[in-house]
Amino acid sequence: MSPAKRSWRFVEPSALPGFGPALGLTMAYLSFFLLVPLAALVLRPWEHGADHVFAVVSAERTLDALRLSFGAAFFAACVNAVFGTIVAWVLVRYDFPGKRILDAFVDLPFALPTAVAGIALVTIYAPNGPIGSIIEPMGLKVAYTPLGVMVALVFVGFPFVVRAIQPVLEEVQIDVEEAAATLGANRFRTISQVIFPAVLPSLLMGFSLALARAVGEYGSVTFIAGNQQNVSEIAPLLIIIHLEEFDYAGAAAIGLAMLLISIVMLFGLNLIQAKVAGRGER
Amino acid sequence: MSLEITGITKSYGRFPALDDVSLLAEDGEFLALLGPSGSGKTTLLRVIAGLEIADGGAIHFSGEDLLATPVRQRRIGFVFQHYALFKHMTVTQNIAFGMKSKHRRERPSKAAISAKVEELLSLVQLDGLGGRYPSQLSGGQRQRVALARALAIEPKILLLDEPFGALDAKVRRGLRRWLRELHERTGLTTIFVTHDQEEALELADRVALLKDGKVEQIGTPEELYHDPASAFVFDFLGDSFQFPCEVKDGKALIAGQEVPILGSSPHVDGPATAYVRPDGFVVGAPDGPGFQARIRDVLLAGTDARLDCVLDDDGSIEVRVPHAIAEKLAPRNRISLAPREVRVWG
Repeated sequence: MSPAKRSWRFVEPSALPGFGPALGLTMAYLSFFLLVPLAALVLRPWEHGADHVFAVVSAERTLDALRLSFGAAFFAACVNAVFGTIVAWVLVRYDFPGKRILDAFVDLPFALPTAVAGIALVTIYAPNGPIGSIIEPMGLKVAYTPLGVMVALVFVGFPFVVRAIQPVLEEVQIDVEEAAATLGANRFRTISQVIFPAVLPSLLMGFSLALARAVGEYGSVTFIAGNQQNVSEIAPLLIIIHLEEFDYAGAAAIGLAMLLISIVMLFGLNLIQAKVAGRGER
Repeated sequence: MSLEITGITKSYGRFPALDDVSLLAEDGEFLALLGPSGSGKTTLLRVIAGLEIADGGAIHFSGEDLLATPVRQRRIGFVFQHYALFKHMTVTQNIAFGMKSKHRRERPSKAAISAKVEELLSLVQLDGLGGRYPSQLSGGQRQRVALARALAIEPKILLLDEPFGALDAKVRRGLRRWLRELHERTGLTTIFVTHDQEEALELADRVALLKDGKVEQIGTPEELYHDPASAFVFDFLGDSFQFPCEVKDGKALIAGQEVPILGSSPHVDGPATAYVRPDGFVVGAPDGPGFQARIRDVLLAGTDARLDCVLDDDGSIEVRVPHAIAEKLAPRNRISLAPREVRVWG
C-alpha cells in the first residue's frame, strides 16, 4: 500500500508548541535589526547613478583598501586559529597556578574599547616603543605598515577561536585518547587523527568569527596603521573618509562591496563547516 | 605465555586502590575480575594495559616485563566501557587505525589492511557495515566494533572493561554468549572486568573477586559459588539473609532448630552469623520449625515463585520456592520458614 498523499506542509508538525510565535519573533527581530538596515545599505549607493558606484568601487585606492582589509583579516584569523588552539589546549588540558586568571585574560580584547587597544599597540610597536625599538633595527617595521594592521586584527580576533574550541576540547573523552594509545598510535598521530578532527568544526567556527570581527574592525587599526593611501588604509577607514567628504553614496558603495564579499566568504565557510561537522553525525 | 601479576600496589593519594594484588592468568584463559565499585578491578585492568602506573609490583607476560614497556608497544587490546570509538571515522577506519599506526617498516600493505578489516568485520558479525559511522550503530554494534578494533592489532592479551555495562539486559545476554564463542575461536588470553556476578560466573574460566584492592578469592565459578572463602564472597555472588546463630558440635542452632553447616572450613563453637540463600528455606505449617512469618505477597512470575514475608522477630525477607508450593499460599497466610542448611562465618 502506498502512503496516503499528503498536502505540502511548511514544517513537520512538532510536539513542541510555540513554533509560530517563535518564528514570528525571530523574523521580526532579524528584519528590524539586520535585514532593514542592510536593505538600506543596498539601496543607498545608487543616487548618483551606477557609474558613480562603479567608479568608487573600482578606484585603485578602494581596491587596495579592500584587499588589505580582507587579506589582513584572513591572515589574522589564520594566526589566531593556530595560537588560539594552543591556548585553548593549555587551558583545558593542564592545571597550573594562575590558570583562571589567564583564562579571564583571554576575553580582554572583547572588553577593551578597540581604540584603547590601538593606542596600546602603537605605544609598544612604534619606532621608539619597547618592542618597536628592538625590531626596527632588524628591519621589521610593524607600526604604520600593513603588518601593524594584522597585529591589531590578531588582537581583536583572539578570543573567538579560544572560546569556540575550549568546550569541545573539554568534551573530547580521555578514553578516546587512551584507545589510540593502546592501538599503538604515537602522540602526534593521536592529536592529528583523533583530537584535531573532533575539534575542527568548532575551530572553523572560531575562525569565521575571528575573520568576520577583523573585517569590520576599525578603531584599533586606525591608530597603528598609519593610514597611508594604497598601503595601510583599510576599507572601513576609507568609508569614513568618503563620509567626511559628504559622499554618502560612495561610502555606501564601498560598504555594499564589503557586504557582498563578506556574505560570500561567510557562506563558504559555513558550507565547509557543515561538511566537516557532518562527518560522523549523519 | 601466561600473564603473571605479582604484588601490584597503587594508591590515589591516601586511598589504596590496589593492595598487593597477585594473580596468574594462564595462556588462553578467560579470567573475570569481579567486585563492587571501588574494589580496584578497573584500576588493575588499566595497570595491565599501561594506562595507569603502578606504585609497586611486577607484571610479566611469558617472561617479558610488561611494566617496562610503554602502552603503545604493549600490544594489549583494550575495550572500553563506553566504546571510545573515533566518532569522525567510519567503522572501517576505526578498525584499521591500529594497523595504520604501526611504524612504516612493520605496517601491512593497504590491501592487507583492508583484507584484515573485512575478516574482522565478519568475525564480529558486522559485514557490510564498514562504511557506517559509530553514531549510526546500536550500542551492541558499537561494542563489537570496539572489539574488532582491539583485535586488529593482534594483541597478546585482550582486556575488557565492563564491556556490556552500557547495554540493555537482552543485548547483554546475547553478546555474552557470543563473546564466549569468540574467545573459544581466538584462544586469546582475556581478562574482563565486571560488577555483575552473573556475568562473571557465566563467562569466565576463573573468577577473581576483589574487595578493597585485595583479591578476596580466586577460582572457578563453581568453586566460588559452592565454596565461598568468606561471607563477602557468599554475599556478593547472590542474595543472602543473615541470622545470628550458635555453633555447637558442627551444627548451627537457629530459632531453636539444629541446621547442618555447609562448607569445608572448620567452625569453632560459640555465637556466629548464619548465611542462607533465598531458596534455602523449607516452607512449613504455622508453628512448625524455624522462623514464624506472615506472607505479605506471593509473586508467581519468574522461574521460581517468590514469597515476600514479614518475620515475627522483626524484618522481612523474600524467599524463593517452587511454584507448586507458592500456588497453595496467599497473602496474610501464616507460615514457618526453616533454613535447610546454612553457611557460618564469625
